[in-house]
Amino acid sequence: MAIVTQNGAPPAISAEHLVRRFGKVTAVNDASFRVEKGEIFGFLGPNGSGKTTVIKLLTGLLPLSAGSAQVEGLDVRTDSESIRERVGYMSQNFSLYDDLTVGENLQFYGRIYSLEPARLKRRIDEIVQLNSLAPYFNRLAAQLSGGWKQRLALGCAMLHEPQLLFLDEPTAGIDPVARRQLWDLLFELSGHGITFFVTTHYMDEAERCNHVAYIYFGKIIADGTPNSLRELPEVQPHGTLRVEITTPEVTRALRFARQIPGIRSATIFGQSIHALIDDQFDLHELREQLLKNGIAVAEVRPLAASLEDVFVELTNKHQAMTEAARG
Amino acid sequence: MGNLFRGFGAVFYKEVLHVRRDFGTLFFSLIIPLLQMVLLGFGIDTNIRQINTVVYNADGHRESRELIDRLINSDTFHVIRYVDKDEDLNDAIIAGRARVGVKIPVDYSDRLLHHMAAQVLVLIDGSDSSVAGQAVNVTTAIGLDESLRRVLQDRSTFAVDMRPKLLFNPDSRSPNFFLPGLTAILLLNVTTFLTAFSIVREKERGTLEQLFVTPVRPMGLLLGKLLPYLGIGFFELSLILTFMRFVFRVPIHGSVILLAILSLPYLFVSLSLGILISSKANTHAQAMQLAFLTILPSVFFSGYIFPRETMPSFFYALSYLVPATYFINITRGVILRGAGIAHLWTDGLALFAMGTALLILAARRFQKKVIMA
Repeated sequence: MAIVTQNGAPPAISAEHLVRRFGKVTAVNDASFRVEKGEIFGFLGPNGSGKTTVIKLLTGLLPLSAGSAQVEGLDVRTDSESIRERVGYMSQNFSLYDDLTVGENLQFYGRIYSLEPARLKRRIDEIVQLNSLAPYFNRLAAQLSGGWKQRLALGCAMLHEPQLLFLDEPTAGIDPVARRQLWDLLFELSGHGITFFVTTHYMDEAERCNHVAYIYFGKIIADGTPNSLRELPEVQPHGTLRVEITTPEVTRALRFARQIPGIRSATIFGQSIHALIDDQFDLHELREQLLKNGIAVAEVRPLAASLEDVFVELTNKHQAMTEAARG
Repeated sequence: MGNLFRGFGAVFYKEVLHVRRDFGTLFFSLIIPLLQMVLLGFGIDTNIRQINTVVYNADGHRESRELIDRLINSDTFHVIRYVDKDEDLNDAIIAGRARVGVKIPVDYSDRLLHHMAAQVLVLIDGSDSSVAGQAVNVTTAIGLDESLRRVLQDRSTFAVDMRPKLLFNPDSRSPNFFLPGLTAILLLNVTTFLTAFSIVREKERGTLEQLFVTPVRPMGLLLGKLLPYLGIGFFELSLILTFMRFVFRVPIHGSVILLAILSLPYLFVSLSLGILISSKANTHAQAMQLAFLTILPSVFFSGYIFPRETMPSFFYALSYLVPATYFINITRGVILRGAGIAHLWTDGLALFAMGTALLILAARRFQKKVIMA
């Protein structure tokens, strides 16, 4: 069964009702999603929610308990070896050999993918150029800083020119500058049609993806573009408005805000409070009420939901549903 | 099917780089066995000689002194003290200063002169059975010899003349017995530990996880890891044999080339064992403990120190499962007895079968417990 998009090309990944059980535990529970070619697909979820298991299912390391999936048009049940030839994978700890030099690490991965010598040499040159690794070529990987290690690891995962790359928490533990540079690189590469499957904890990174999905205890509870998720009725119920209240006294303001009848929910975000209010509720009136109670309010303004808001709302809702089902 | 070993060349290349870069570890893993060999080769003598002995000679006449001289001349006893009280004799043994106490009673020479049976009391500390056994044998033999001489008087030939001849190790040199066996233990040490560590290190660093998402096949990975260490094990074997031959002067009666060939299946077994250990262990410390667990049966049940023939039948059967059992038979066979392939091919075959079984088991476990974990 080949899935074909409007333009005729199969998607990079199409997963239908993936299930993976470990004994009695269901690590992945009926997960379906698809990733189009050239997308940067952000796969989010708390630790232990099944992100790495999904990667293992898609690369054929773990057999599916039920469901089906195609990666680059190949079936994970029958063609996992061809899939592993075609995709790249970068694990969260950058999986480099510390006692090998940058050049040797690249050589090793090139040989793993059986690149013939001429092509390997060309690819190593290209990767070194793309990731500006030239000055470090003969240095041991152990001597590189986190950001450079990550560039090298990405280089190793890309040597064989995969069209799809799985990046498992690529920015964990690296500095903000290196993070930004990595994302710039991802955008550049995705412009050349390479698809990225990226797991991350960082919401700002999620915001940069073309497409995000959120997995919560094995179930995918959100899937779409960041904008479409912000407009989900669960996140932004009909007749409500999301506002940001900026105040130096966030804790006191929160305690008070939660007692105002028109405010449905409120959470602290740094120096401000994000609140979901009835859209009948006048913003000026809200401000007056707070000021009257001696809370110095700098500003009250409408706010688009952030992805963090989205995931918090969805998680809460999902938890409530599970508890209701159990109770 | 070449595909089954996909990634072998790449992994081999990388392992050689690791070994070259970490020269210190390699150096010590080669040198420490040689040191062990020197310590054991010079330090251990399985022949029991010069047992500390106290003597209470209550008689004191010529016959009694002659008997004591005979004991001393046997080379088995070393008289550390002469005492003149029973208590002192007992004390010396209880205190551990002497293992053997000889008491010649006051009427010893008198009774001999009157052609009556004379008694000699020999007290032996039984806490070390091999020392005690030797003391019993030698004192009994001297007593028997002494009696026969007196009975036979001038006719000096015995009716039956037993002539034992020690083959292969005529001087009963301990290094000749010890070192060929030790070779098996030392090789096991180096190869099992090195392979187990090389894989566990990749587990600890997370690089193994990365490798599984590449087209590398488990067999390619495992063989790529195994072969460089096979080379190291082989080099270690040559070092050990050179030391044994030229430092300890153990003659090699058989073919060195045969020994080299038959060591390959043994190295294969011990390397596969290392891989099997690494499929179970997740940290260095765990790998270390498991590897030591394999050393113990190799030392105690392989015939290296204790003869297998005297083991209870359960342990005797168990000794057939210990790879070192076969290899010790091979080393002692080739080195001491000059055995050829006709005598030893079954041992080689048994080792090869074990190695193959272990490697397949290890590859399966890898597939199940490591890749799919």
